[in-house]
Amino acid sequence: MKLYEYMGKELLARYGIPVPEGGVAATPEEAAELTGKIGSVVIKAQILSGKRGKAGGIIFTDNHAEAGRFSADLLGSELNGYKVEAVLVEKKLQIERELYLAITVDSAARNPLILASAKGGIDIEDVPEEELVKMALDVTVGMQPFVTREVTRRLAVSDVVAAQIADILSKLYRLFVEMDAELAEINPLVISGETVIAADAKITIDDDALFRQSALPLVEERTAAEKKAHELGLSYVELDGDIAVMANGAGITMATLDLIQYYGGAAANFLDAGGGAGVEQTARALELLLSKNPRAILINIFGGITRCDDVAQAFVDVKKNSGIPVPVVIRLVGTNEEKGREILLAEGINAYKLMHEAAQRAVEIVKGN
Amino acid sequence: MAVYLFADTQVLVQGITGKQGSFHTRQMVSYGTKIVAGVSPGKGGQNFEGIPVYHTVAAAVTEQRIDASILFIPAPFAKDAAFEAIDAGIKILVLLPEHIPIHDAMAIMAFAKSRGTTVVGPNTFGIVSSGKCKIGIMPNRFFLPGNIGVVSRSGTLCYEIVGNLTASGYGTSTVVGLGGDRVVGLNFTDVLKELEKDRQTEAVVLVGEIGGSAEEEAAEFIKANVTKPVIAYLAGKSAPPGKRMGHAGAIIERGKGTFEGKVKAFEAAGVSVAQLPFQVPAFLDKALKK
Repeated sequence: MKLYEYMGKELLARYGIPVPEGGVAATPEEAAELTGKIGSVVIKAQILSGKRGKAGGIIFTDNHAEAGRFSADLLGSELNGYKVEAVLVEKKLQIERELYLAITVDSAARNPLILASAKGGIDIEDVPEEELVKMALDVTVGMQPFVTREVTRRLAVSDVVAAQIADILSKLYRLFVEMDAELAEINPLVISGETVIAADAKITIDDDALFRQSALPLVEERTAAEKKAHELGLSYVELDGDIAVMANGAGITMATLDLIQYYGGAAANFLDAGGGAGVEQTARALELLLSKNPRAILINIFGGITRCDDVAQAFVDVKKNSGIPVPVVIRLVGTNEEKGREILLAEGINAYKLMHEAAQRAVEIVKGN
Repeated sequence: MAVYLFADTQVLVQGITGKQGSFHTRQMVSYGTKIVAGVSPGKGGQNFEGIPVYHTVAAAVTEQRIDASILFIPAPFAKDAAFEAIDAGIKILVLLPEHIPIHDAMAIMAFAKSRGTTVVGPNTFGIVSSGKCKIGIMPNRFFLPGNIGVVSRSGTLCYEIVGNLTASGYGTSTVVGLGGDRVVGLNFTDVLKELEKDRQTEAVVLVGEIGGSAEEEAAEFIKANVTKPVIAYLAGKSAPPGKRMGHAGAIIERGKGTFEGKVKAFEAAGVSVAQLPFQVPAFLDKALKK
């Protein structure tokens, strides 16, 4: 779960990391009032996407009326595909230098990784590899002074700045661990006078740890259908095509989408019904697919734990209760396959045995062959 | 010979009395796996269909030789159970659960490394040395003994491919599910190293997917160290960037982990990449000149 900048900064502040004076505003009046109080400010649209400046989502002003007008334009508008529901009003910083600082998870090494650069304020992917400071953290020892000494040495900053960065790193690591973050990024980390301040915050919390992070506000990035799927325990992603897909298992679902593309079609979604979906869950999954009005449905079941007769029964139930107005192609193999095939045959559907044949057929149907 | 698991491997099931645990214990026993103990806190002294159940792992290892353990434990409690097994000296740990917090996974890997425990998963279907010992949830009937080693990041896709192999007359030596999470224990390189040494294994099928750099690292390793034929299949060619395709690890982020990059890495290492899952047996025929 990605946090908005203002939420990230609240967390940074809670852990004692310096952030600019400011506050979040949900209305133009609040933004104007904050500006009147602070003086010279930067106003930033709160969306879960970078490159806000280029999109017109950041403005500098010292006039409260202008702050109000700008916020009125921004609030409720769409920026980089996201609706702006709040703006952050912050004191404008005197910037001497911009650095980059982050702690993330290094999947390959299976440990946290510090990323730092003396070049901040730009996309970290644009920083040349040799100018990037990378240091692995061993979770059994954590953020020790020797680690911060090495990071600040490689950043080549003054002693005064190094001491502050060391302090920020220790606090950021505590936040990273205690808040179950996957990413805690400060970009830019600004040197203002002799003070180091976090001018931005990008924090992502591990979705799998939300059960123990109940104090955090929930940030909903999913579409309505994706949210519904999540509640049903299904893994679902909306895509742009017209063939709805359901399979069991993430890998086989991806492979099914690939096959549709291979034969010249386009999938409407990724839906992994899980390795052991029963009749009920399969039926709910089918209804979800139908709600997006696809032109065909492709069901690909390789039954290990999933029982083919359960899937067939779910299909029959949904057809009876709410009707299925589009062609359905089913591939059915594995546990209780014969029973499943019989159930479908009674409905006039001849299930495929091979997944590529089923995918090819679904594409043909949509293309009108 | 196969790798990791053998006919005499003795296995513990943590969470043996739960719904999943009991169902899959029966499946494993019917496959021929030697399940010698179960752990279920509060149920020590009971037995599950003849298998002794202990209150703790420490109690189990005082009475039984245990070579490997499998966890059927809900994700929020998996870290404690994994620590318990590692602390008791168990050398192979299979982490079935999906949705284990990533910080817990990192803690488990660090502790396992310090104690010399091999971790499979999390979010894996398990590991099987076909015809000898199965520790996991894969359907028994597709895993027949043979000479092909298989290593995969995903479950059902692996069954699909092993199913295709079986239908074409290819059995398997050892099949390892690495797991779909971002932080997992065994990786492609670890398993390739073992399969290269294994005399039973004649060729390796690698089932990868988009996201991360595990396939690229495997390709580097193969180029320098693997003499046996390797056939790869990769899922996620059609996946759009930035979208997590079911598995936590299956996401193209900031231009990394793309399908094209992985195919290029494999081809540079002399690995044939099958376009479609059903092509894998034909690729093996060619590689093994059958």
